[in-house]
Amino acid sequence: MKGIWLRVYAVLYLVFLYAPIILLPLFAFNDSTIIAFPLTGFTTNWFVELTKIEAMHAAVLNSLFIAITTAVFATLLGICAARANNRYRFPGQRGIMGMVMLPLVLPEIIVAVSLLVVLLQLGFSLGSWSVILGHVLICTPFSIAILNSAFQNLDRSLEEAAIDLGETPFSSFRLITLPLVMPGIISSMLISFTISLDEFIIAFFLTGNEPTLPVYLWAQLRFPQKLPVVLALGTLLVALSIILLTCAEFFRRRGVARAGKSDTGGFL
Amino acid sequence: MRSEGANGLALVSPAALYAILLLAVPLCVIFAFSFWTQDYLTIDRTWTLKNYTEAFTEPLYGELLRRSILISGSVTLVTVVLAFPIAYFVSFYVAPERKSLWIFLITIPFWTSYLIRVFLWKVILGFNGVINTSLQGLGIIDEPLTFILYNANAVVITLAHAFAPFAILPIFVALEKIDRSLIEASLDLGENRVTTFLRVTLPLAMPGVVAAVLIVFIPTIGDYVTPRLVGGPDGLMIANMIQTQFLKLNNAPMGATLAIIAMASVTVIALAFVGLNRRFLRGPK
Amino acid sequence: MTQPIIDLRDVQKFYGDYHALRGITATIGQGEFFSLLGPSGCGKTTLLRTIAGFEDLSSGTVLIGGQDMARVPANQRPTNMVFQSYAIFPHLSVAQNVGFGLRRAGLDKATLAARVEEALEMVGLSGYGKRSAHALSGGQRQRVALARALILKPKVLLLDEPLSALDKKLREQMQVELIRLQRLVGITFILVTHDQEEALVMSDRIAVMFDGQIAQLDDPETLYRRPKTHRVADFIGMMNFLPARILSEDGERATLEISGLGRTEFDLGTCPTATAGPDGTAVGLRPETLTLLFDGQTATGRQVIGTVEEVVYYGDMTYYDIRLPDGDQVVRVSMRNLFGRPVLEIGAPARLSWDPGALVLFR
Repeated sequence: MKGIWLRVYAVLYLVFLYAPIILLPLFAFNDSTIIAFPLTGFTTNWFVELTKIEAMHAAVLNSLFIAITTAVFATLLGICAARANNRYRFPGQRGIMGMVMLPLVLPEIIVAVSLLVVLLQLGFSLGSWSVILGHVLICTPFSIAILNSAFQNLDRSLEEAAIDLGETPFSSFRLITLPLVMPGIISSMLISFTISLDEFIIAFFLTGNEPTLPVYLWAQLRFPQKLPVVLALGTLLVALSIILLTCAEFFRRRGVARAGKSDTGGFL
Repeated sequence: MRSEGANGLALVSPAALYAILLLAVPLCVIFAFSFWTQDYLTIDRTWTLKNYTEAFTEPLYGELLRRSILISGSVTLVTVVLAFPIAYFVSFYVAPERKSLWIFLITIPFWTSYLIRVFLWKVILGFNGVINTSLQGLGIIDEPLTFILYNANAVVITLAHAFAPFAILPIFVALEKIDRSLIEASLDLGENRVTTFLRVTLPLAMPGVVAAVLIVFIPTIGDYVTPRLVGGPDGLMIANMIQTQFLKLNNAPMGATLAIIAMASVTVIALAFVGLNRRFLRGPK
Repeated sequence: MTQPIIDLRDVQKFYGDYHALRGITATIGQGEFFSLLGPSGCGKTTLLRTIAGFEDLSSGTVLIGGQDMARVPANQRPTNMVFQSYAIFPHLSVAQNVGFGLRRAGLDKATLAARVEEALEMVGLSGYGKRSAHALSGGQRQRVALARALILKPKVLLLDEPLSALDKKLREQMQVELIRLQRLVGITFILVTHDQEEALVMSDRIAVMFDGQIAQLDDPETLYRRPKTHRVADFIGMMNFLPARILSEDGERATLEISGLGRTEFDLGTCPTATAGPDGTAVGLRPETLTLLFDGQTATGRQVIGTVEEVVYYGDMTYYDIRLPDGDQVVRVSMRNLFGRPVLEIGAPARLSWDPGALVLFR
């Protein structure tokens, strides 16, 4: 068969990619506090324990609040920028878009320390809001990348046709463009949400004394006896991520189908 | 009616202003900080190169930077070399309607909690980890392998895992753009599969490879979670020192200096790399 | 021409330094099938879009029905457009697409449905209303685009290369369909096309455009028989150009020395004269005005003997490239393949009959 070696390699590579994720539930349901083989027995205790740790609940709620706010603002900024980039030609376009997309290739620690220094110098005290500022900054480029392709897939004459048929520029955006890029918008919100929920480096620097979930987890990783609970939480997070991503992919595909284009795959 | 340019600028301005206020301005401030000094609890704002002198004379900083670049370089090499066959496989051997499923499968692990993933690599590579217990169980080794955790190797493996999709996607996109008739033309003109790959496919995929290299190399330098969790004392990188300067030693100017030096090194290396490959990047407009 | 509906007065359009429309002046009549014909980049689509209101004028005036359109935005103009890509809204059904422009008319559901069905019937798509937009073939999308534009009863229908995406058979079928439709609704159609044959088939009048200017505006026959410039003659149909010298002229008649055909008299009063191209004075002969003589036939006009250089067989027609006796010039001749008539072979001698009355003089 053609490409048999490549196929074998691809399967091995997937095993490499999925190895940590497969281990996660194994240890989360294992009844030993030591995270090592061999497994000793099945338990759901760690999940029960999860429900009792209030600091963790606070961190989860805090992270959810940050992630939802980030998703909304990053997507709003993304819609404006992606629309401007696709619909208009304006002076300094490449430079401006380059700057907005820069966080994509900037080490996160640089974003984190520079924001930290400025906020502290201006005398602000850190909190969830400063994490949101940082997360919106790094999520906006992802949102723009997703929405760019959504706007690019649109035939420009669709909006012109609506105007030609009597709609105003604004109502034709609402009636034609918005419904057609809506899958991209939803997909952008989900991706931004997921990134923010998982982001650690910026959150670690900017979180103040309201830890986000990853910051809380980081602190827990130092206490071996708490690890199984952390892994139980990790299992839930992974399950949540996979569900969200499947939704995002579903909407992305529907968007591609709606725009009448063939699918080439991928978020990025 | 406003002009097209004005409309575009007005629409892009929220995102642009946000990036200026929260990215450009802070970067400038960091740059300024790197020329200031910490005087106990206050910042001494006299301009001086003292931090830079210290950074270049104190061997620890140089060692950390060199190691960071070396580790990031190895990570990049390993990641891209491992990723290329996958991208090639999905682009050339997977049926078109199943391509997005494969890409989806490849991206899923990337979106799951980074901290926990890194931690799990510790579990896999550890003294009583998955690899050691299974190898011992199979009787292949007697003593647990120790060279795979708490050193640079562990950092490379873990980061190669974390950045896999970042390397695969750009290469995949570049491969997808290649007109398949070019490959048939090359075969028709007498090249075999290997020489066709070397003379046609690879050069045309280079923009994707270059993008993959940059997108893996640059953020890797800034990572400090992986070195802390799996790197041991020999695996620590410059980002760990930057973090220590800011949060533990409370010496923001020194941290800023190290951040600027790290960024400058990354930029120089990235530009040099792009320069070396520029003949591949001049695509048709 | 009938009552004017569109009046273009010195319309100019700049994109930065690029001068896309260089002073277009033309009047288009009510109920006319009018074509803008030219090679790509000649400004024909830009002109159509300035009429629709998608491009601002740099200077000049566009009047529709006597009203200055300068301050009338695209959505309030009495024009509707069929886009090159058809721009069928992919998230709406066929009926929703067709009824799109009636949203603001405040019609009740039943009236709306009746109007939509009526429009669909007009384009031969009755019963297609419930289908989704991407289930349509190219020809059907074209029809939906037509119905969607015509349902608003515009004064002018603008068509931007509407047939270019269709294959040859379907294109020819849609040409006839469009002519029928235009007669049915009786409004002005303005068609943009780069296909000269399409323009000749469909139009009442054609504006041939080069480099942002109208080179000639005439009905198809005049355009074909009496082109005003070398470039128009070259663009419309096929034309043999032979270098010529004017030996003498007296205002009514001229004596010409035509390379390959020899000396002839030319009637300046009745025969068409046009502006010469960059190669100087020449005469033009359409391939169908030249005749090859077979055994036993005698020339009706003048006769020369040349050599067959190339034979292109088309089924109903054969094109011959004939090298003229002086050896420098080659002309293309089109002959109907009448039953029993042989096809000449390359290298065979060819008796060529031509008529001085069919010449066009480029000077």
